[in-house]
Amino acid sequence: MLFAAGSPDAALAFIEIGAVALGLAVLARLAGRLAISAVPLYLIAGLALGEGGIAQLDVSESFISLTAEIGVLLLLFTLGLEYSEDELQEGLRTGVRPGLVDMTLNALPGFALGLLLGWDVLAAVLLGGVTWISSSGVVSKILADLGRVGFRETPAILNLLVIEDLAMAVYLPVVAALIVGGTLAETTVTVTIAVAAVGVILFAALRLGRQFSTLLSGGSDEAFLLAVFGITLLVAGLAQELEVSGAVGAFLVGLALSGAAEERAAALISPLRDLFAATFFLFFSFQIDPADLVDAAGPALGLVVVTALAKVATGWYAAMRVGAAERGRLRAGTALISRGEFSIVIAALGVELADGPELGALAAAYVLITAVIGPIAARYADQVPIPSRWVRERRAARVAASS
Amino acid sequence: MESAGRRGRLAAVDEVSETKLPGVGVRHEFTTDDGREVGVLVHHDGRREILIYDTDDPDACTSLVSLSASDSRTMSELLGASQVAETVAAVQQDIEGLSIEWIDLGASSPVAGTSIGEGRYRTRTGASIVAVIRQSESVPAPGPDFSFQPGDVVVAVGTAEGLAALRSLFLP
Repeated sequence: MLFAAGSPDAALAFIEIGAVALGLAVLARLAGRLAISAVPLYLIAGLALGEGGIAQLDVSESFISLTAEIGVLLLLFTLGLEYSEDELQEGLRTGVRPGLVDMTLNALPGFALGLLLGWDVLAAVLLGGVTWISSSGVVSKILADLGRVGFRETPAILNLLVIEDLAMAVYLPVVAALIVGGTLAETTVTVTIAVAAVGVILFAALRLGRQFSTLLSGGSDEAFLLAVFGITLLVAGLAQELEVSGAVGAFLVGLALSGAAEERAAALISPLRDLFAATFFLFFSFQIDPADLVDAAGPALGLVVVTALAKVATGWYAAMRVGAAERGRLRAGTALISRGEFSIVIAALGVELADGPELGALAAAYVLITAVIGPIAARYADQVPIPSRWVRERRAARVAASS
Repeated sequence: MESAGRRGRLAAVDEVSETKLPGVGVRHEFTTDDGREVGVLVHHDGRREILIYDTDDPDACTSLVSLSASDSRTMSELLGASQVAETVAAVQQDIEGLSIEWIDLGASSPVAGTSIGEGRYRTRTGASIVAVIRQSESVPAPGPDFSFQPGDVVVAVGTAEGLAALRSLFLP
């Protein structure tokens, strides 16, 4: 439904959207002050404004939900943009083992809790996804804010994020196909189509990325912005038609862009992404009943404890493989605790399921907690005492090696 | 200065290890003669950070300074980057169609012990030898009686074909 610019409906919608955007601006500022991600604050705002919240909005639901969907696409697009083909290939070459450890330690607790709560298997698989993926946005911010980009354990952390992103390129379409459901045979067909489509697009993205980038990047910034936005939505829409999640289509478009086009797209699309993604987080928690959230608090806390330890173990292992000492391994582990945008994207896939509302509430509570404690844990990781015996042994070994 | 062949011959260069940082850039690091670990983080946008690693916590480092692309050039100038490379690069910028090549003679080049004049390289290939790098020293514009030694790196300017011909004369 479209509003004519002068209509009273439009006036009301402008007032509401404007007020909400201003509110989000205040929250984003607060998040910056507290050095945490703005995502948890957006979620809280959504809770307050949505179903059963303190003030309800009347803005047309279809308008907000479409904006939110575009937010997901742009989120995934910029994520794909972040890594070059070389980095992905390098990540695949060196990161498979830590990636598997990461998946086993972090996805299993979520999956198990889903089953324990009596959910159906698919909802439990989604909860596994929620607990699996660290927030690459929050983790990169932690590393930059704490001046740890040059640290020896950092490549291990970044490679793990690359692997998680690649894993999502397979996980999302498969789960999306499973959600569509049907008989076993039908499901097998949709899953096969999904995986094949991702394979084809991924191959094309890696092989023809350069030509594709040159093709898009002609003309002014305006022309380029429209071209990138257009192709992202177009590919995502086509992927959705094939029952492959549209988000993955957008992710692969981001991957395909390379070189100068990549940097230009990042600069042009980021502001747009921030705008649309904020709507997505808001809309996600609009749909959560605060009562459900209260019920979810207990399980969410338990899940946070288990999976925070699991991420510390994962980071410890990954950093050990690149030769970091105990202190560095602990820093790597704590840096990975934060979950964020991806967990919400995964939970949002399950809205239509029978257990969808509980899944949404649990995921929101879980992300709220980890996104807040993650950066704090990373910051204070250096103050945790490490048994001095280890450090002495290590130093002795180094001295022996260098002399 | 990234060509391995060149770096390998430019005197005793410390062993530099390279690590890719996905989404950030590349980190190079080496151990100084005093045993300190020093690194340079090259960001994708060309910014460079100079890192120095902690002695107690060998994985932690402090970023000493962040340099823009032009700052980095100034810094490397101050640290004594090869003047030859700069000069030759300037020549190349002036004349289109010219290339520079660094030819590492290695241990068993047939021309070791012979002089530039004997080889009549410019007449035979059209390429000019503009400098020779020996150990850490560079000899700009070597004369006709300059004799090659094993391990010299010859810097030559010419057309692509000329340089290829020169390379085939120099290498065993």
